[in-house]
Formats: sequence, structure tokens, C-alpha cells
Amino acid sequence: MNDGVNGVALAVFIFFFVLVTAMGFMAARWRRAENEHSLDEWGLGGRSFGTWVTWFLLGGDLYTAYTFVAVPAAIYAAGASGFFAVPYTILVYPLIFTFLPRLWSVSHKHGYVTTSDFVRGRFGSKGLSLAVAVTGILATMPYIALQLVGIQAVLDVMGVGGGEDTNWFIKDLPLLIAFGVLAAYTYSSGLRAPALIAFVKDTLIYIVIAVAIIYIPIKLGGFDDIFASASDKFTETGAGGVVPNAGGQWTYATLALGSALALFMYPHSITATLSSRSREVIRRNTTILPLYSLMLGLLALLGFMAIAAGVKVENGQLAIPQLFENMFPDWFAGVAFAAIGIGALVPAAIMSIAAANLFTRNIYKDFIKPDATPAQETKVSKLVSLLVKVGALIFVLGMDKTVAINFQLLGGIWILQTFPALVGGLFTRWFHRWALLGGWAVGMVYGTVAAYGVASPTQKHFGGSSDEIPGIGEIGYIGLTAFVLNVLVTVVLTVVLKAVKAPDGVDETKPADYTADAGDPGVQVELPPATAGSSH
Amino acid sequence: MPEDTEVSRGPVVTPVRVVIGLCLVAPFVAMLWVGSYAGTDPAFIGIPFFYWYQMAWVVISTALTMIAYKLWQRDQRARREGGAK
Repeated sequence: MNDGVNGVALAVFIFFFVLVTAMGFMAARWRRAENEHSLDEWGLGGRSFGTWVTWFLLGGDLYTAYTFVAVPAAIYAAGASGFFAVPYTILVYPLIFTFLPRLWSVSHKHGYVTTSDFVRGRFGSKGLSLAVAVTGILATMPYIALQLVGIQAVLDVMGVGGGEDTNWFIKDLPLLIAFGVLAAYTYSSGLRAPALIAFVKDTLIYIVIAVAIIYIPIKLGGFDDIFASASDKFTETGAGGVVPNAGGQWTYATLALGSALALFMYPHSITATLSSRSREVIRRNTTILPLYSLMLGLLALLGFMAIAAGVKVENGQLAIPQLFENMFPDWFAGVAFAAIGIGALVPAAIMSIAAANLFTRNIYKDFIKPDATPAQETKVSKLVSLLVKVGALIFVLGMDKTVAINFQLLGGIWILQTFPALVGGLFTRWFHRWALLGGWAVGMVYGTVAAYGVASPTQKHFGGSSDEIPGIGEIGYIGLTAFVLNVLVTVVLTVVLKAVKAPDGVDETKPADYTADAGDPGVQVELPPATAGSSH
Repeated sequence: MPEDTEVSRGPVVTPVRVVIGLCLVAPFVAMLWVGSYAGTDPAFIGIPFFYWYQMAWVVISTALTMIAYKLWQRDQRARREGGAK
């Protein structure tokens, strides 16, 4: 499909890229606090973000470039089953409404930066906290790699990805530059960089979606025609459909529920949450974040439009960029590509910061250097954020893209296994720490083995994320099955361990910590009010 | 030792809190019952039922979460004032 470089689109893309790069470096000076050499400053933006900054940051964080490319790509390939992303994001908000404010409060009260910090404090168990930290890092790495896959898709369609004949260095140079720049401003500005860039990203995305959802259907003769030709294609190929069949409904529901439970277990979601200024900011956000879900739904429909527009690509990831290239005038295609490209930078930055915080707080400080000062912590975190990105880059350049996708799939299953320790811990201290560790291990092993065993027409292993649910016989999301097993094992082991009076560990939190809000006595205000400022 | 928290004042389950709970549970029932919406009719401007129904639920669940949020705020304020007396 690459017939030469699309000059106009490329110029627009580069313009926006330079713009956000400048913003990224300037972000270091945005609402800077007195003490900039602490992890609270670099890794959580001083915990000072108000409702709107948090909204952009979380939106930019959760709805990644990969989402924008992969969700419509799934619809393009299989139809209805790919639409589970919409119920998934609907269910996320009532869910986090109930537990995130508690996590915010207890984290503020005790200065927790990561979920593992909380788990260690609540259960008095470094082992359990290490398990949560390692799971978080493992699940985040391939996610960062997939952001790169998103950028690559856009570069490919613009014709700068290089054909088969160019050598690897020239071919990958644009990606290397994009990544070098990203690494540099994340290093210098911390979480403030993606927070500021998220404004540009989301504005572009909303404009592109609004235009696409009106302009493309008009060009294609309306939704009737679009769905008719999609339906024809699915009947012809015999795979997928416009509506899920009876057998696919279990898969659809379990995928939606499992993914919703998993989303806020990811370290980057928590990092963005903890950076907010108050408990109210989070609750208020659960009522405005669904705007992104609406956008995601509209975006998903682009998959059908790609079919109707006769876009034919071997790699499904290219379907949407190719649709934009075919349908839009060059300059607007450039805007759309910039939206996807910047859409990859924001989450990649937050994810690398989140993974770095986990390493610093829960591996470096807990196991290597317990007496590390805040300045040392920040330094280690900055370095690790670089390493994490280099790792992701090697992942994408060195290995087949399917490896990254397989690991991302596994990552979702894995991260869900930290749910009992984290959310369970927020509401009750009944679970025993060793039981949680046991449940986690069983869930991890079952999930990995089950996912390994799934074959698809193109892959022998990791061919999908759904398998038969033991005992029910329907096909369902492996992550959710593993999660149920995990909870069962945890409950049984807790009963056993309590019966034999196994040592329970020290809980450093108090019930009141879970409902404390900014301004309450004892809640740390990290920033003097003057610099925290008004941010609405 | 009784902790002086906002949740420990007054009964734990109140009619208002039941309503809050229902608002938060409703989207789960609606979305996980896939059989209730896995069809094409009625279509809306050419978009099959399956798709527009779920998109409509984005709006409905947002409204429900907002109601839950407002009720919760009022509940907490009432409790705090009640405790101060």
C-alpha cells in the first residue's frame, strides 16, 4: 500500500510532533513545587491535578493509540465481537467509583506512590507487595511496546516506514527519533509532560472522530450501506458477523467484565489517579470520563467503514490509518495521524513512569537500599523509566509484532490477578497475606497455561484470550476464569491459615484512613497551596 | 476501638445507599446480559440495535453514576452535620 511518501500529511504530522515535544520539555516548569527532587513531584506531578487535568490525563492514559488502532481493527476483522470494548469501558466507571477514592485516601495519608506500597502497608508483607510490583511491571512492558506498534502503523501508511528494500536503520529511524524525544522529556519533566501533552492529544482525537463519523458515512452512502456491505463480507468469509451469535455471548460478557476489573489494576491507571488533588476529583471524574467511551464506540464503527470503503490490508492494524489516508484530504489525514502518534506518546510516558515507580519503591527501596533518600529514589526512577522504554523498543524492533501482542494479552490476564490483594485489601483485612499470595500464584499459572494452549488459524499458541470455562462449558475470557480460581483459593487458604493461627502481619492503616480527604487533619498536603493553585 | 469515621455514624444500610447501590449495579446487569441486545432490529439511522443500544448505555450509565455521586455527597454531608451536633 505504500506508494511513496505522503508529503502534506507528513508535514502536518511533524508540525504537531514538534509542538508536543516543546510542550513536553516546558512541562517541567508547569506548576513546579519547591522540592522537585521527590518521587511525589516527578512521578505523581506533585499530587496536585484538578478535575480537568485528571480527566485529560486519565483519558490520554487509558484510551491509547493502540486502542484506537486495535479496536476498529478487531471490528474490521471479526465484527461484533470486537465491540466488547464499549461495555468494558461502561463497566469500569461504576466499579472505580466504589474503590478508587478509598485508595486515594489511604495513599495520601501514608504517602503511597504505588499499589504495592499500599499492599505492603496493609498486609505487612514484602513478598505480596513484590508479587504485585513484578506483575505490574511485566504487564506494563508489552503495553508500552504496543504503543510503538501504533506509531509504526501510522508511519507505515504515511510511507516513511520504508518498504522491504530499505535497510533496517533507515526504516526504523523515525521510530527511534520519536522514542528518543519521548524518553528525554519524560526524564526531565516526569508526569507533568504527559499531563500537558494529553490536552493536545485529546483535542486532536475528538476533532478527528467528530469529522470521521460524519464525513466518512456521507461519502459511503450512510450507515445502511456500510452495515450491509460489512454483513456481506462476513457472510462471504464465514468468520464473524454484525451481531454476536449465541455461542459468542459468554465470551463477549466475560471479556467485558474481566477487562473492566483489570483496567485499574494497571500501574499507569493508578499513577494518573493518585496524581489528582482530592478524593472528589476522582468521583467527579467517573461521571465525565465516559465521554471517552462514547468516542471509542464511534471509533469502533470505523472498522465497518473500512470494510465498506474497500480497504484491503493484510495487517489489520493498518486498516484505520489506511481508511483515513483513502478518505480524507492529505492535510486532514496528517491531523489524524498526528492524533494517533501523540496518542501513543502520552500513555507510553505514563506507563514508563508507573513501571519505574514500582521498581523504585517496591524493589529498589524494599530489597536493595532501604535507606534511600527521596532524591535517590527520584534518580533511580528516572533511570528506570529510560530502561523500560529501551526495553520496549528492543521488543518491537527485535521481535515479531505478534510477540508484543501475545504478551499484552497475557499482561491483561496477569494484572487481573492482583485484584483480590488490592481491592480486597481496600475493603477488608479478612484475607490472609499468604492466602492472597497463593491465590495470585494459582491465577497466574492457570492463566498463562490456558492462554498458551489457545490455538488460532495463524498461531499455535496464544491464539486468543478465550477458552472453555471449566465446569460451565461455555467459551469465556481466561483472565476472568483465572480470577475466580484466584479468589476461591484465597478464601479457602485464608480459612485454613486462620485456623492454624499463621502470623497475620502488621496493618499500618486505620479505618479512618480510607475515607480521609484533602484538608482533613493528618493528610499530607504535598504542595503549599500557593503553587498547587487553581487548575480548573 | 470505635474509630471516629464518617461511615461509622448512623445505620450502614439506608434507603439512599440502596438506591446508590442500584445505580451502580444496573450497568452490570444490562451489559452482561448480552442476549437481551444481540439483535439488529430496531436499527437507528442504519446502525443495528446491538451497537446503538450499547452506546446509549454509555449515556445511561453516566447519568446513573452522576445520580449516585450526588446522593453520596448529600449522604455524607448529612452524616457529618448529624455527627457534629
